[in-house]
Amino acid sequence: MTYLRKVGAIVWKDVVAELRTKEMFSAMFVFAVLVIVIFTFAFQLRVSGERVREVTPGALWVAFVFAGILGLNRAFVLEKDRGCLEGLLLAPVDHTAIYFGKLASTMIFMLVVEAVTLPVFTAFLGVSLFDPALLLVIVLGTFGFAGVGTILSAMTAQTRAREVLLPILLLPVVAPVLIAAVRATAGILDGLPLSDLAVWLRLLVAFDVIYPAVAFMVFDYVVKE
Amino acid sequence: MTAGAPTVEAIKLTKAFGHHAALRGVDLVLEEGQFLALFGPNGAGKTTLMRIVATLTRPTGGSVRLWGQEVGRAATSLRSNIGLISHDPLLYGDLTAEENLRFFARMYALPANGTRSALDRARIDAVLDQVGLTARRRDPVRTFSRGMVQRLSIARAILHDPRLLLLDEPYTGLDLQAADMLRGFLQDLATTDRTVILTTHSLEQGLEVCDRAAILARGRIAWMGARDDVDLETMKEIYRDVTRAA
Amino acid sequence: MTQKRNTPLLVLTVLSGLLLLVALYLALLGAPSANLQSETGRYAQRIIYFHIATAWVGFLAFFVTFVGGVGYLRTQRRTWDIVALASAEIGTVFMLGVLVSGSIWAKPAWGVWWVWDERLTISLIQFLVYLGYLMLRSTVEDPARRARFAAVYGIVAFISVPINFIAIRLWRTQHPLMFGTEEGGLAPGMMFAFFFCLITFTIWYVALMWHRIRLEQLRDDVAALKERVLG
Repeated sequence: MTYLRKVGAIVWKDVVAELRTKEMFSAMFVFAVLVIVIFTFAFQLRVSGERVREVTPGALWVAFVFAGILGLNRAFVLEKDRGCLEGLLLAPVDHTAIYFGKLASTMIFMLVVEAVTLPVFTAFLGVSLFDPALLLVIVLGTFGFAGVGTILSAMTAQTRAREVLLPILLLPVVAPVLIAAVRATAGILDGLPLSDLAVWLRLLVAFDVIYPAVAFMVFDYVVKE
Repeated sequence: MTAGAPTVEAIKLTKAFGHHAALRGVDLVLEEGQFLALFGPNGAGKTTLMRIVATLTRPTGGSVRLWGQEVGRAATSLRSNIGLISHDPLLYGDLTAEENLRFFARMYALPANGTRSALDRARIDAVLDQVGLTARRRDPVRTFSRGMVQRLSIARAILHDPRLLLLDEPYTGLDLQAADMLRGFLQDLATTDRTVILTTHSLEQGLEVCDRAAILARGRIAWMGARDDVDLETMKEIYRDVTRAA
Repeated sequence: MTQKRNTPLLVLTVLSGLLLLVALYLALLGAPSANLQSETGRYAQRIIYFHIATAWVGFLAFFVTFVGGVGYLRTQRRTWDIVALASAEIGTVFMLGVLVSGSIWAKPAWGVWWVWDERLTISLIQFLVYLGYLMLRSTVEDPARRARFAAVYGIVAFISVPINFIAIRLWRTQHPLMFGTEEGGLAPGMMFAFFFCLITFTIWYVALMWHRIRLEQLRDDVAALKERVLG
């Protein structure tokens, strides 16, 4: 299982490097909070009380998506900037290990940011967001997002447009995850039983399985010249 | 690995980037333990050739064999025997010297009989000592000077004790002190039985340590010979002739 | 080397032009009117022939881009990449056509310029994917890398099309549709016009592809010549 050890090494490296500077984490956190603040502010002008609950799922996921894009960008741009990507490519391991390693570390960062921002959102939106079903949806949605985002980020980091190109490529492709996650979140906040939301959860799981599988097959073409 | 097969064998190697041909048919054979100095003007294709040998880039045509094996399929396992030092240090600035090496130790899965971490640590200690960075092992790499970064990069490249070492213009950007250290390292290297390819602009520095020399111009090997057959002056002349004519 | 004069292509171009004229006649005049109350509604309904044929080409083109990408990754041959590029460009234009014709239909039929019904929504997303594809290509200099990246994005994005479709359909059925669909059953006269347009547009697509591929090959030839003479 040396493959897994090497994937683990990549995750360890990313986490340690991030703990040193906390740059990305703070950027993601601040950005997510800002999005919610602006949303709340914008909506409070027309929407109040019960209706805030209607916009919460959308606002929540927009915040997560934009913070996630920040995180994804950093995942590969840093490697590319310092030429470190080649260091990874020189290692005697299948290049897909890089994909899984980066996917895992992005997941960790996103989940941490989400965990820290949920209480903040609860306070701002006045809606209780602590629900195990909701946490499940967040995990599934984040994984789907990161699954596609990682391979696309590996690509865009090597182009001229870099950070700008990633959201343009990513958002249309990740739309079904967004739809499913928002609908499921809305259902949970409305108090619907999980059985009603099964169709959305199934869609999320399908996405979580299909995309990493496809990415695994084509990742080599993205990094090898 | 085929016994007795040359370490590096390039046959009619070509590499094109779009319509620009970087390598136009390179033939090269390097036996185990030889030290090749590769000279050539900018744009001759030296870095491209190095990258192909390092399995980072696929050739457009021709083939490359390392230890008798085609690079294509076997690339992943072949890499555990290759070390590369290039323009980029391939190091993580936010991590300490020690952490960088620990990362690469894991990526190269250093042989583990007994406790893996103990062996890793021993190897890391040895390598840090060899490049003289033991004192700075716990400092983040972004605080290092260029010379120290280069030294750590060397440490990284030899950490897994590769049989083939590739150095792509390692003198670039080094101050006198660091360049001296590098010279010492290369001189030591020449006495070991590692196979080495060194690309450099300086004929002098290359001839100092190699036992074979070659000149790459306009994507082709314009001249190749044994070190003992030429001296510095002859080399300069050949270089001038060959790069002018090309 | 690409030929200067290409008779089969000329024939195909003229043919598709003629077919388009016939299709236009059929759509606007030939096909029987729909059984609708308002006159504007009846006229607006005639857009369905071109609208759906355009959508068909728009999605077919993306499938071709996907195939071109896979072909390139497996063979590393430039031809596959040219096919993928040509199809993406043509597809973009057709997809834009779907959005515009959908909008033109929506206004007299439902009184608004845009509806978030499933088909238009997925067409919008598809259009954005096309744009992304073209943007990606424009930001990569090296042709081999450009072809590889485009191929990967073409594959990843193509996989998302059916998933998107399912997701949007699910989304739309959870809420009552604001506007009902117009299909129902089509009268025989309409069916003929409908299929005629589908076939015409497909032939038109092939002609456009041929022209575009040829253009790209000519470009390649020029670049190669330049390299040889000047490089």
